[in-house]
Parts: sequence; structure tokens; C-alpha cells
Amino acid sequence: MIQIEDLTKTYVMGEETVTALDGVSLSIARGESIAIIGPSGSGKSTLMNILGGLDRPSRGRYRFEGDEVAHFSDDQLADFRNRRIGFVFQSFQLLPRLSALQNVELPMVYSGAAPRARRERAAELLERVGLGSRMGHRPNQLSGGQQQRVAIARSLANQPDLLLADEPTGALDSATGIEVLALFQKLNLEGLTVVIVTHDRGVADAARRRIAFRDGRVTEDVRT
Amino acid sequence: MSGASPTEIVRFASGAIIAHPLRSGLTSLGVVIGVAAVVMMTSIGLGAQKRVTDSISGLGSNLIIVSPLQPRTPGGVMGGAGSGQSLTDADTEAIQRQVEGAAAVAPSVTGGAQVTADGANWNTSIIGVTPEYLEARDLTIASGRMFEDRDARQGRKVAVLGPTVVTQLWGDADPIGKRIRIRGAPFEVIGVLGSKGQSSFGRDQDDLILSPLETVRSRIIGRRIKADSVQTIYVKAASEGELASVQEDIDSVVRAEHKIQPGEEDDFQTQNLASILEASKAAIGAFTVLLAAIAAVSLVVGGVGIMNIMLVAVTERTREIGLRMALGARRKDVLAQFALEAVVLSLFGGLIGLAIGLLGAAGIAAIGDWPFALPTWAIPVALGFSSLVGLVFGAYPAWRAARLDPIEALRRE
Repeated sequence: MIQIEDLTKTYVMGEETVTALDGVSLSIARGESIAIIGPSGSGKSTLMNILGGLDRPSRGRYRFEGDEVAHFSDDQLADFRNRRIGFVFQSFQLLPRLSALQNVELPMVYSGAAPRARRERAAELLERVGLGSRMGHRPNQLSGGQQQRVAIARSLANQPDLLLADEPTGALDSATGIEVLALFQKLNLEGLTVVIVTHDRGVADAARRRIAFRDGRVTEDVRT
Repeated sequence: MSGASPTEIVRFASGAIIAHPLRSGLTSLGVVIGVAAVVMMTSIGLGAQKRVTDSISGLGSNLIIVSPLQPRTPGGVMGGAGSGQSLTDADTEAIQRQVEGAAAVAPSVTGGAQVTADGANWNTSIIGVTPEYLEARDLTIASGRMFEDRDARQGRKVAVLGPTVVTQLWGDADPIGKRIRIRGAPFEVIGVLGSKGQSSFGRDQDDLILSPLETVRSRIIGRRIKADSVQTIYVKAASEGELASVQEDIDSVVRAEHKIQPGEEDDFQTQNLASILEASKAAIGAFTVLLAAIAAVSLVVGGVGIMNIMLVAVTERTREIGLRMALGARRKDVLAQFALEAVVLSLFGGLIGLAIGLLGAAGIAAIGDWPFALPTWAIPVALGFSSLVGLVFGAYPAWRAARLDPIEALRRE
């Protein structure tokens, strides 16, 4: 599904040029469950941003289902994120003014779905993550684990090809974190490609493939 | 591929406004004041125009006013109307003899004096006229009689009083036959004029005394003017259609009388009510535009307030913007959301301002006994302008929001 070749990302910070990714090549097949690990500054977040279409590489190729994503325009990237990618963030990133249902509807608003279809789909997704009784609640009326489940429901709204999760359990206690991981595993078993960025060994062990980063390079790529 | 529908963008924009009612209200206040001021000024200006139109038409119909004009001095300075003394009885006679279509020709001189009677006193205008004055100015006699040519020729000291003068001197008593003293000279009251009420500028049109021309010239104004000089000649045209031709005829007759050569400037001027009306309307119109322009400055100030708050909102909601972009919002969706938020704030202010402005104008009209003019075009213009203000001042903050880097924005605390 994904082929990246010689992917390089450099930033200019003042006088210095920082290389966040240094010629990374790898491919990801449909249905994989991958953990990307490494210390902070290793380049794993940069890779995730590029995979998710939030950032462009300085050099190299990023092919997604045959499309050269590195050459996409801003609007094409926006649509790519909207249709192909589901994001789950460490800090949930729910809009505080909107109800759980409205938060889940958001990606479908930008894809132009009809209001009624949108609401039905959002309700169905919230049922699936076990929040059927809390659809009208605002984020501040939900626990951390519940908020992350709303965020996961939102990431699934437009039936993405790839779920990208950045430290999804980082803000949760361990029991809740295990529940959320179980949800990812369930989604993966249903066929969804899941990529989790983490520095938590336990989270990484739950994935079937582990890619380790250091100084912008892949140092380990193993299937467990 | 279809993006977010306009309805959804409007919903996002209004959602943010409703979330902070106090802040949104205060932000709109600038536009409220601006629009209210513009609407009020325009409405008052239109009311004034209407009032002036009504009152000038009330001066007398088909009236032409001939007044002296100080010729330009070598320095090029021109005296105001009435400052010269170029008109004389000869001009009056020439107009009476030669201008066809002149239904009434009424020369006049005006002086001010203190009037005393039975211990009371009052300051008023004494106008020296001939009997034709009544017809020329559309005046009526309420009681008694108007003086006749005979009275004038004999230089009799008779007076016809305006109702205000009667009230001031005697209250309700009947003044006919009573004596008054004007500058010490005794006059007999022979008649009282019908009331004309107040003029548009609040001047009491009933506060005057009419007396024969000759009498006023010699007794009241005295040596300040030449013995045969008149200040204003009122000419009433027989019909509205003859107004222009009568005015032209008067011009040529008086020019001939004054021996003005072709190419030389006139030492008098003729005005008909239509031209006076036009001039006053133009003057009030210019004044109204000026007032509205000053008021429009506050609209700009309101726009700056909106821009300020929108810049704050973009900073506050950086993470929201980043998230929306991550979820698939295009840059133009973000741009539209923030620009619309500014437009809705401004348009909301415009609606409230329009209501306040119209209510204010109606209130002032009621208190000041002023005709209320509803400027119908002001409604779309006020709303259009306030939307424009929102768009102009919301454009930069919205552009800043749309230009944010989603990764940076998501990381912002």
C-alpha cells in the first residue's frame, strides 16, 4: 500500500540545518499493525507527519496506492488526510464546544457528507467504541479513556486506509491504555492498517511489526 | 470531490460567536454605533430637506424675489444679497408697466424697532410694503383691514400686525383701533394678519408689522437709505408656467432701467422659489453627506475592533485550526470560516445599528417636531456596508488562520 524511498527531511533552524529523516526507505502492506519506536528527536514523529500528509519530504518518494503524495498540492493533501488517513493524537484533540457526536461528524463535514448520513454514521461509530449512551456529552464531561475513544471513532469516520496514532496511550492510566490498545487490535483484525508511534515498550509489543528509529534512520525493522 | 458546504461553514462561524456572547456583543458594538450614526444622520438630513421644501413652498407660490447685489469691487469681493441699494421705486414701476404675467409687484423695506403699547413693549420687524404685498406673499387678513394705496400716499401712520405681536402686546384683547408707538411715533392698528406659523428654521413668521412703504422709509429706517430705495421686490407670476419667462423679463427690464451694458455684471439678482429650493436642498444634501461621512469613520473604528478580536481568536484557536486541517479542512475552508465569522459579527452589528439608528431618528423627529424621513435605500446600504467592513477587516485574520502550518498549530498549547 505504501512505498517510501530515500525519504529525507531537513529543517533550517537559524544557521543550522537539522536532518530529521535521513534517507528512510520502507514499505507498508495493507492490514499491517506497526509500532514505530525511538527516543524523541529520532525522526519518528516527522515520519508520521509525512505519512499522514501533514508535511512534505525534502527529498525522496512517498507512494500511497500508486499516488505520488510528495507532489500533492495543499488541497490534494487536505483531501488525502480527509479520505485516506485517520489521526489519533496523544492529547485527544477534541473540539471542546462540540458534543461527542459532532466531534465524530467533523471529518465528514469536510468530505461533504449529507447531514443526516453523517449523523447516522457518527452514531454508529460511537456505538462501536462503546459510547452509544454518551453521544451528547461534551469532551469535558468524559473521562480521558472515553475522550480517546471518541477520537478513535472520529478517525474512522471516512473509512480511512491508514490509522496513524501518535502516543495514543500517553495521556491515559495503564488500565485505560490497555483498553484503547485492545480497540486498535480489534480494528486491525478487521483489516485496518494501524501505525502507532510510541516510546512505550509495552505498546510496541502489542504490534506485529516493530520499526525502531535513531537519528533519522531505521535501526531495526522486525516482525514479532 | 466536494468539500464542506457553505451552510456548514456558516454554522462553524456562528457557533464560535454564540460561544462568547459578551465578547461578540462588545465586538459588534463598534459597528452598531457606526451604522446607527450613519442611518441617523442620513435620516435627519432627509427630514431637514423635506421640511425646507415644505416651508419654502409655503412662502408663496410662483414667487420671484428681486434683490440688490453689490457689484464686485475692484478687489473682487462681492457683497451679500441685500447689501446694496440699487433697487428703487423706478424699478418697481418699470416691472409693473413692462412685465406681462406679473400678477402682483410688491416692493418692501425692512427695519427693526421696539414697539410700545399700553405699557407693554416688544421688538419686531417693521416691513414697509404696498397693498400688493398680501397677494405676492399669500398672506391673509384675520381681522380689520389692509391699508390702501391712499393711506400710503398720504404717509399715514397705520399698521397691520402679525398675530405674535398682538399676543405680546395685549394678550387676547382686540387690537383694532388701538395705538402703538414705533420709535416714539404713534401708529394706528387697522388690521391683524392670519397666522402662518413657524418656518422650518424655527423662525416665527407671525412676528412682524406691516406698514406703508413710504411711512417706514421715512419714519423707521430714516436717513440710512435713499428716499426712493427699496430692499426687495416680490413679484408673483400669474401662473407657474410663466415663472421662467417672467423672471427673464424682470432681468431685462431692470438691466435696461439700470443701464447695464451687455457684458457688464448685474447689480441685482432675481431668484424664484424653485431655484432657492434647489440651492437649499443642495446645501443640506452636502451637509448630510458630510455628517454621514464623519459617522462612517466610526464604522471603520468598529471594523478595527472586529479585526483585533479576530486576530485574538485565531491565536486562541490555533489548535482547533490545526485539528481541522488534519481532519481534512482545506485552507479555503479555514479562510471562509474566519472571514464569515467577522462578517456575521459585523452584519449582526449592522442590523442592531440600523434599528437603533431608525429609532433614534424617529425619536429626534418626534421631539424636534421634525418630519421623519425613512431612507429606504439606507437599509440595504447599511447592511451591505457592515458586511463589507466585516469582510475587509476579517480578511487579514482569516488569511493568517489559513496560512498556519497544521503541525505547528496542533503542537500549540
